[in-house]
Amino acid sequence: MMNVIWAEMRKLRRPSLLLSTMAIVTLLTTLFTFLTFWRVGDPHGNGRRGETVTAAFLSTSHGLVYGFGIVSFLLGIVALCIFASQTAQEYTYGTLRNLLLRQPARMKILGGKYISMLLFALLMVIFSLISSIAVAYLLAPHAHVTTTAWRTSAGMSALATALGNVLLSVSSFGTVGMILGLLFRSPISAIATGVIWFLILENILAGLVTSTAKWLPGQNITNLTTNQNFTFSYQHSLIMDAIYLIVSATIVSFLFKARDVSN
Amino acid sequence: MAQSSQLAISVTDLTKIYGERAALSHATFSVPLGTVCGFVGPNGSGKTTTIRMLLGLISPTGGTGTVLGEKIAHPEKYLPRVGAMIEGPAFYPALSGRENLRVLASLGGFDQAIVDPLLERVGLGDRGGSKYKTYSLGMKQRLGIAAALLPNPKLLVLDEPTNGLDPNGIHEVRSLIKDLAATGTSVFVSSHLLSELEMIAEHLVMLREGKVIYNGRTEDLLSAQQSVLIAKPEYAVDLNKLVDIVKKNDHAVSVVDGAAHILSPADWGATLNRLAFEAGITLSSLTSVLPTLEATFFEMTGESE
Repeated sequence: MMNVIWAEMRKLRRPSLLLSTMAIVTLLTTLFTFLTFWRVGDPHGNGRRGETVTAAFLSTSHGLVYGFGIVSFLLGIVALCIFASQTAQEYTYGTLRNLLLRQPARMKILGGKYISMLLFALLMVIFSLISSIAVAYLLAPHAHVTTTAWRTSAGMSALATALGNVLLSVSSFGTVGMILGLLFRSPISAIATGVIWFLILENILAGLVTSTAKWLPGQNITNLTTNQNFTFSYQHSLIMDAIYLIVSATIVSFLFKARDVSN
Repeated sequence: MAQSSQLAISVTDLTKIYGERAALSHATFSVPLGTVCGFVGPNGSGKTTTIRMLLGLISPTGGTGTVLGEKIAHPEKYLPRVGAMIEGPAFYPALSGRENLRVLASLGGFDQAIVDPLLERVGLGDRGGSKYKTYSLGMKQRLGIAAALLPNPKLLVLDEPTNGLDPNGIHEVRSLIKDLAATGTSVFVSSHLLSELEMIAEHLVMLREGKVIYNGRTEDLLSAQQSVLIAKPEYAVDLNKLVDIVKKNDHAVSVVDGAAHILSPADWGATLNRLAFEAGITLSSLTSVLPTLEATFFEMTGESE
């Protein structure tokens, strides 16, 4: 398994992928955290879904990681694209046969690939967190936000919780990307399906029939970081997330193991 | 029949069916250890399907097989000793040739130090740092061969290794295969360049429409074919008279480039020479040639040249 992880890391660390991804992550996080602090208390909204976030709220122990939490959905979409493309490209380039020649145990290939991409996702999340903290501290004086609570044990706990939840959410979106990559065996199809579903279709569905939100994967994954949906709890989202991912991962793992590699 | 321990590859009744079409039907053949074996057949005859089954990439519908003495149902037992390039090279375009090999070396648990010597060996020493997407077809093919050599294979499986190579590259691949065979590596190579295979393959497996139509020594196949006598009269005006003499003696004959090509045993040459002399025809040349592998292939597979 370690051999597979090292081999995959070689692919993931190529500058064009690594640097561009980290640049996008930093840019998105900086932008969202900047807008939250720069337009603090704006009645037109400076938080998620147009809500107004005040200096008083940002001064609490949760204020430091608010921007980080907002951007988690987009980090998830980035992870979905990377996991999907890294998986499906093995089919489109025909490189899967090379991998299987050197490591015939297909589940080891899958497991090693997944772990290496999770490590990549971890790096993305850490980059995002650092960017968000840096921007928050930089703009706190401008927004008249006091940072004392951020450094308390409650602040550290909020930070750790946010980090864990964002990591869970990003990994979940990434896992969906990998599942779609294995299913469609084409990066474009996998990414298009994932992005259209999570960004458009789910939101339309949840908007039109509110009761469906509780059962939609994207809504539940997002709820892990925002915990804002009052119609269903964090625990519900955690369980739904686990059920969706375990069932679909089992199906595609079986397909990957049994399917002929004929391209 | 050699014992399985003396065979690089052995398959019995190997079959692969897609829907209602049999890509390979009850194929039975064996490849002795330490030989270069040519694997030939027209497009769609089942060559790549067979290779994929031997490498554990696709599952047979029926039949059994062994590679290096291990059952093909357990590719993990023999693939660490097998190098292969199938259906052309496939690598990551954004990575350099060297990095692509390093990915595979990491995966197989091989020493990274073997990568640069391998690049040198296939003539990519000075381009190892360039991205794969900038490589010419010939360079990609060379990288594919380098990847196949990564495990220092006991068996090398090559599918059309000379595709895209210039004559110099083809010569290098031929030399490489000969060198490997000399060190005891078994080579199973499919190619459309039959003249190349004729030069290097001691053993031959021939497929047609998913069925094995020949499995044995190349020499035996060619010597079993009827030889061709090529007779050229000194004066072109005597050619028709010469053709008539051959036909009267019940041999098939065709005229190619001012010479009569006669299907007959080599020892009929002396009779022909005497008959021509009696008819007042002086032959400027009379040679007996065995058909080439290419001619034999076309005859056996029913393909037209």
